[in-house]
Amino acid sequence: MAAVCLSEAEKLYIVHGVQEDLRVDGRGCEDYRCAEVETDVVSNTSGSARVKLGHTDILVGVKAEMGTPKLEKPDEGYLEFFVDCSANATPEFEGRGGEELGTEIANTLYRVFSSEGSVDLKSLCINPREHCWVLYVDVLLLECGGNLFDAISIAVKAALFNTRIPKVRVLEDEEGSKEIELSDDPYDCIRLNVDDVPCIVTLSKIGYRHVVDATLQEEACSLASLLIAVTSKGALTCMKKIGKGSLDPESIFEMMETGKRVGKALHIALQKILDEEESLGTTRQKVGFLG
Amino acid sequence: MAAVAMRLPVARKAVAPSGSRGEEKHLVAPGDTITTDTGYMRGHGTYVDEEKLIASVAGAVERVNKLVCVKALKTRYNGEVGDIVVGRITEVQQKRWKVETNSRLDSVLLLSSMNLPGGELRRRSAEDELAMRDYLQEGDLISAEVQSVFSDGAVSLHTRSLKYGKLGQGVLVQVSPSLVKRQKTHFHDLPCGASVILGNNGFIWIYPTTEQKDEEAGGFTTNLEPVPLSDREVISRLRNCIVALATQKMMLFDTSILYCYEASLSHQIKDILKPEVMEEIVLETRQRLLDLEG
Repeated sequence: MAAVCLSEAEKLYIVHGVQEDLRVDGRGCEDYRCAEVETDVVSNTSGSARVKLGHTDILVGVKAEMGTPKLEKPDEGYLEFFVDCSANATPEFEGRGGEELGTEIANTLYRVFSSEGSVDLKSLCINPREHCWVLYVDVLLLECGGNLFDAISIAVKAALFNTRIPKVRVLEDEEGSKEIELSDDPYDCIRLNVDDVPCIVTLSKIGYRHVVDATLQEEACSLASLLIAVTSKGALTCMKKIGKGSLDPESIFEMMETGKRVGKALHIALQKILDEEESLGTTRQKVGFLG
Repeated sequence: MAAVAMRLPVARKAVAPSGSRGEEKHLVAPGDTITTDTGYMRGHGTYVDEEKLIASVAGAVERVNKLVCVKALKTRYNGEVGDIVVGRITEVQQKRWKVETNSRLDSVLLLSSMNLPGGELRRRSAEDELAMRDYLQEGDLISAEVQSVFSDGAVSLHTRSLKYGKLGQGVLVQVSPSLVKRQKTHFHDLPCGASVILGNNGFIWIYPTTEQKDEEAGGFTTNLEPVPLSDREVISRLRNCIVALATQKMMLFDTSILYCYEASLSHQIKDILKPEVMEEIVLETRQRLLDLEG
């Protein structure tokens, strides 16, 4: 992760500030930075979203392609994640520098979405054992400003909400071979139900307290963080500890409670924005990258 | 109570130029011809090609009598002798420290240009060399003055005064160097309760005002006591105001920062960074500055 070097006095200032619930930019320990969410920014994908959380900029594109179902789950489709850390974010990501971080984020996304019921995979099935929809979710890291996992999970949820999968009909031939017919109408498509898609909340332990949505400077002061995947109903689906420090079981419990609370608020805010964008329809002025 | 604010992006509107300026600014991009008149002397940001004066950076053309130069908006810091800079130590080498000052090359702080604790004036010995890391480590922030500029553009710093030296607790804000106005003094004790160092290289350091003015250590011992909450609020508010001014591309000097602080008092500290609040505050600051001039 792009790390910023801080002096000991600066770190002390940040730690004491967190203790008193006043972070450097005036936020409390449970406040998020102002986030900007926009969907449908990439035209040649089935669904896309861009999220700007402070200085963190994430672009997610979802492409729906036909594939064969996995052997152990013959009547379900599946998701494939790929994370690209662009050299735009920091020169450390040039060449193969961003691969390690990319695979770590992709593995976390696989774990989060592997829980039953996060995405209705049965709706992605076309022909059991033969054809199914595979959703390739590509994440592009444009700018690294701290709190990558949260921003990526918000962007993935927004992109899945925006994904439009064309409706297909299966025609049975006389010999018995099946043919797949794509509907001619480009607006005839199925949408995914993202109500149970979890969002990741990262809680970083700084001093004796924990903060949500840490900036790069705050991440440099925290030794251990807890990643929690929370659904909109407040259910915890996945938990992961990162960082080289240790966490007390008491503080893990407190962090889980905070994570659930913050996660529910996050889902409410995100759903509100997505519904607002949807209601604007074609009158929405697309801002994109040159706004 | 958790506060999560999400919004849809809004296209940036172009801000109308302030009416006090008489002439239009001549904006150029790299490669644009400024003038074909050969009578002008070329300054920074220009070069001559086939009898035409061409801009090498993107910015506004400034003409002073016969001198033509282009002042870029977003640029790396170009050192001038006598500038105050705030820098971060990146390396500790044999007889010097390498300091990062947002310029094209790392700046250099020689051991002989640093004042020893106690204000001693003596030749630096081998023990001083070995004890360099006790004075300044990687990651430490210092305030220094530019002593000289090497031919390749690298800057040599010195801290030979008791007002320079290692910086203690506070907040660093990084802005473009072109936004920091050149003034008589860059160390300000703002009446709102905090002090600010406006580095010419775009690094702005906000710290709590020290009560006593005794500098017996020459700035080496850092005060590690917790800063009181009231001071913290002032510092956070100032930090957000400076970020707001920099985002709206306003010049930074003590008066503009103070006016922005006063305009922001009606909002909560964390709301200052919201785009609409930022615009409102900066508009009010701009208005007050225009009233001050006119």
